[in-house]
Amino acid sequence: MSNRRERGWVHYYFQSTSGIVGLALVVIMVALSLISAFGLAPHDPLEQNPVNALQGPNGIHWFGTDQFGRDIFARSIDGMRRSLSVAILSVSLAAFFGVLLGVIGGFFGRWIDSLVVRSSDVIFAFPAILLALAIVNSLGNSWIDTSIAIAIVYTPIFIRVARGPVLSVKEMDYVKSVRVLGFSTQRILLKHIAPNVLAPIVVQIALSLSWAILTESGLSFLGLGTQPPDASLGLMVSEAQPLAAFAWWALAFPSIFITIVVVGLNLVGDGLRDALDPARRSS
Amino acid sequence: MSRALSVLTTLFGISLFVFFVLRVIPGDTITSSLGIETGALTPEQIDVLRAYYGIDQPLVGQYISWMTSFLSGDLGFSYSTGAAVSELTKSALLVTIELALIGTVLGVIMGISIGMFSARKPGSIRDFAGQLFGLLALAIPGFVLSTTIVTVMANRFQYFPNGYEYMSPTEDLWMNLQQMLFPGLVLGIAVAAPVMRTTRSALLETVDKDFIRTAIGKGLKPRVVRLRHVLRNSLIPIVTMTGIQFGYLLGGAVIVEKIFALPGMGRQILDAINKREYATVQSSIMVFAILFVTINLITDLVYRRVDPRIK
Repeated sequence: MSNRRERGWVHYYFQSTSGIVGLALVVIMVALSLISAFGLAPHDPLEQNPVNALQGPNGIHWFGTDQFGRDIFARSIDGMRRSLSVAILSVSLAAFFGVLLGVIGGFFGRWIDSLVVRSSDVIFAFPAILLALAIVNSLGNSWIDTSIAIAIVYTPIFIRVARGPVLSVKEMDYVKSVRVLGFSTQRILLKHIAPNVLAPIVVQIALSLSWAILTESGLSFLGLGTQPPDASLGLMVSEAQPLAAFAWWALAFPSIFITIVVVGLNLVGDGLRDALDPARRSS
Repeated sequence: MSRALSVLTTLFGISLFVFFVLRVIPGDTITSSLGIETGALTPEQIDVLRAYYGIDQPLVGQYISWMTSFLSGDLGFSYSTGAAVSELTKSALLVTIELALIGTVLGVIMGISIGMFSARKPGSIRDFAGQLFGLLALAIPGFVLSTTIVTVMANRFQYFPNGYEYMSPTEDLWMNLQQMLFPGLVLGIAVAAPVMRTTRSALLETVDKDFIRTAIGKGLKPRVVRLRHVLRNSLIPIVTMTGIQFGYLLGGAVIVEKIFALPGMGRQILDAINKREYATVQSSIMVFAILFVTINLITDLVYRRVDPRIK
């Protein structure tokens, strides 16, 4: 039974063109970051070569070079690797703690729940980028610090997503009846409640990855997070600002990379939402 | 009543968060204001300075004194200029609020029009174009859009009002509006995307309702039906979405203000972070959060007015 359902949503996901396009964009970006991660890029992202400074896109430097003669393609895929690493770590942390707190709050209720809800209200009271900025400013600029900051910002969203279904499922007859049967709390949570919150969380993970990438690149654009000479997409845009009038490629390629990965993740998120929610399946 | 209470507890929580969590700053007030010269101080001198800044007190005492002066409107002083942070904040708040309002108005106009444009013929080319706009507007970061606009306007058209000194609306309204146009547009596009998506789906849902069929059957002009019946009944989700977006927009203002050299709250916080003026950072973030909570409260009240069904 469960096998058939799983085949079901994958099947529905691939029914939608935008879902396939989104997945393809994300896969391309992940593949490019892996190339950079394994050092297989055609150039070193940090290698300066003043003789070749500010070349337009050509056969050797596909995306051109920046003011230090560094290869923009190598830097873009390295920046993508960094953005994706931060996004994956921060969203994993946020999803783990958010779901844990949301389920605990929703399931146990009372003061535990009020504490969880109040704390997430406090985090919600800050614009995301501002909060991330303030936390990174306190923690430091490593990619782990950036990830922790972004994780704190997006944890309440997962709390909200997980808590809602728990609250409604908890009152349903089948959960009440296994409770009466004397099943352990752990078993009820894992076997009966977890499957019901899974779908919205999966969707939320895809969307949060895209927000995390936007937040990370925003932070590095502002000079927090990744520091020069390391490559980061936001930092590259900020460094390209004074050059953009005569070296459009320095601005265009990192910008396009951010846009592509965010579009991809949003399409994947929308596709998953439609595929996982039986009510939204059109065909 | 309970609503007011919950806002108060949230504000209290925010103040605790700002004070205790954001305090884990590397170094304290002394190292951040004196820099490496701190190393030249004797332990006695450091003690005197610590007493002067009040950071020898227990944390709870420091929190209470910070909160007391904050509530009485004393936000401390900027080390570098000696100006009162409360004065800086007053003018900065006005800039950010004006920018946010302009951004929201532009965003709502764009979002609703594109949403209506898309919903007229679902699945058509124009619907695809509208949806593509929504997708890209969500995905292109504000700083990319701003940088591109600055480059194109300043270099191709030699028109860049933000290159001049900032003018407040009372000093030079025309100049002020020109300076607000592009940053407002960047923020507006970010708001327009979700507003467009919400408008589109709300319209498509409403069109199927019986009362719309009745209105058309009565022989009303399609335009009248679209504006008076369909749009009006779709307003609730649109207003809610606009309210939610207003908050995101304040976040976006941090980046946009920096690029367009507008002396708003976002730039004040960024400047304070760069100069390591951490009292200013703390107070400004607190003010920003209060603004954010207030806006959410107003959205909630407006929402209740638009939909009399919510009590």
